[in-house]
Amino acid sequence: MILLIIYVAVFALSFFVVRKVLRGAMTRSDFTSLKTVTFGDESAVRPDRWASVISVVTIFLLWGAFTGSKWVPIHAPGPFVGETQFTYTLEAPDGTRDDATVYAQVFKVGEEVSAPEVDPGDGFAKNDSIVVGAWRSELLLMDKNDEVSRSDGARVVAIDGQPVDQGGAVEVADGTVVVTSKGALNFSPSKGMQMEPIWLPAPEAVVARVGEIASQGYQNFTLWEHLYWSLVRVIVGFFFGALVGIPLGYAMGLSDWFRGWFDPIVEFMRPVPPLALIPLVIIWAGIGETGKIILLFLAALWIMTIAARAGVSGVAISKVHAAYSLGASKWQLMRYVIMPNSLPEIFTGARVAMGVCWGTVVAAELVAAEKGAGMMIMVASRFQLTDIVLMGIILIGVIGYGIDILMRKAEKWLVPWKGRV
Amino acid sequence: MSTLSIENVSMRFDLPNGSHVQALKDVTLELQSGELMSVLGPSGCGKTTLLNILAGFLAPTEGRIMLDDHQVKGPDAERGMVFQQGALFEWMSVRDNVSFGPRMAGRSKSDYMGNVDHLLEVVGLKDFKDKAVYELSGGMQQRVALARCLANDPDVILMDEPLGALDALTREKMQGLVLKLWKETGKTIILITHSVEEALLLGERLLVMAPRPGRIHREYRLPFADDGVGRDLREVKKNPEFAQKREEILSMIWDMEEEIMGRTEETAG
Repeated sequence: MILLIIYVAVFALSFFVVRKVLRGAMTRSDFTSLKTVTFGDESAVRPDRWASVISVVTIFLLWGAFTGSKWVPIHAPGPFVGETQFTYTLEAPDGTRDDATVYAQVFKVGEEVSAPEVDPGDGFAKNDSIVVGAWRSELLLMDKNDEVSRSDGARVVAIDGQPVDQGGAVEVADGTVVVTSKGALNFSPSKGMQMEPIWLPAPEAVVARVGEIASQGYQNFTLWEHLYWSLVRVIVGFFFGALVGIPLGYAMGLSDWFRGWFDPIVEFMRPVPPLALIPLVIIWAGIGETGKIILLFLAALWIMTIAARAGVSGVAISKVHAAYSLGASKWQLMRYVIMPNSLPEIFTGARVAMGVCWGTVVAAELVAAEKGAGMMIMVASRFQLTDIVLMGIILIGVIGYGIDILMRKAEKWLVPWKGRV
Repeated sequence: MSTLSIENVSMRFDLPNGSHVQALKDVTLELQSGELMSVLGPSGCGKTTLLNILAGFLAPTEGRIMLDDHQVKGPDAERGMVFQQGALFEWMSVRDNVSFGPRMAGRSKSDYMGNVDHLLEVVGLKDFKDKAVYELSGGMQQRVALARCLANDPDVILMDEPLGALDALTREKMQGLVLKLWKETGKTIILITHSVEEALLLGERLLVMAPRPGRIHREYRLPFADDGVGRDLREVKKNPEFAQKREEILSMIWDMEEEIMGRTEETAG
């Protein structure tokens, strides 16, 4: 909740800073800057690059601040670490009361600490000492060393002077003390607002993992091998999907019989998510490479078929007529008119298919694989290696984005007339 | 050289609801080699249908089209077509568009390249031959379409409102170009248009068609096309005879349009 408020505040604040302070220094001089009607004119909306930069930086700053990163100067309050104490009041069955102090040593998990030696003090309730890990809690059987114990009928009636019943909780200086239903004390030092590394590791931990896994590997394969195998599966699966799908789509766009024969199959298979095919493919082809490639082939096949079919139906009839009146044969019409004319549609389909394949390969590797990006993060999550999981997710995102950019570049190069006709 | 004859052509479209549309009824016409005929008529008179039948894209329900001694059965390089929107191939350069026909016929590059370059010069696109067609203006694209059609050396050129999408100034220039190409190449040309002025200017023969059923209403033989070759077409338009013919045909088409409107209102009422 606080995170959301901070995020919205940064959004609004940077907006005003950039608008008021920086706009004075820079003036846009392109054609769009002269448009007076921009609200509602989508073409006049350009992404503000300042906003993009601040957006990404904000995410990293928040990530660092809430994980106690060394890279970030400002931190959210961390968990309490150090020595603290609280007192409890024990009431004997005869109604007499005595106070005792509990000395608590809170340490960062992973450090070696020992409980402090304490003077037992006077009265029938004796002082105690405990050690607690940050973000953890510790049960204290405070009456173990007391002269009257719970089995004699003694019970805790107050903590730091505040009266408490069984099941109640009291806020003390650096944490919370709960009286359990059996009458013991459970001390939880205050957690602060930072995330525990097991939930969200600091950025430097993730970066350190990248270096470690890149050089030493994880689960018998280096990072690059994991990513390489995922990519190879996608490319091989997509390649065969396109190899079969594009001619099939053309055939469906050009022949009644093909259209009639494959229409029910394609229309049925199209809405089936490729992930739903994973169990069947595992039964048929096992969890090896064949199964993965069959799955990705199926994921790409229908998309490419439909794209190629749409490409054929997108040919303006006047172009077909023109080609025939210029003496083109059917084969020449196919080669010189239909194929180039369907390229834009096929590229759109290919971009979608690559995206779907990339998602499907990760999912398939999550289910079962010996190597691959999905397998890496799945195994890491079983061992609660959150930094590897996070690293894997970031790299999967980066690669997916990279694939899309490459496809767009290829499209621009091969289909320069797209959107200009 | 070549005679194009349209023999008792009728075209009937059956509609899914059981009724039918008589797009053409008993059209008979003969064109000699080298004639330029413009076709006018209110919308729905079947002029585009007639052109599609001539091109071979549609088969008539009755009658036949003969080019010299053989019957037209499908599209063929002997009958070239120029469309309203260039129908150019965006993935080819201007020159590749123009040389499309000869290339498809399998002719050697040295054989056709001279003619292609000559045609590009005639239509005024010599400096644009390596450009992509989507970089050209609408008027330039129509010039490419004309050159592409001529490069194939067809016997008959069919034009379906080739200048309809151009602005008035470009249109006037292109009308001059069409006349010039017609005289220079001696092709038989059939040109469909919505503009009475264009039909008068370009048509050596002018066919006015009437709708429902589509039929030939009246035919004119006009001197303006011959007058206009190589001259400023605005001079031709100043001719009083031109103005009188324009009024005559305009009111003829107005009457037809009004009759259609009246009939529609009756059915609507």
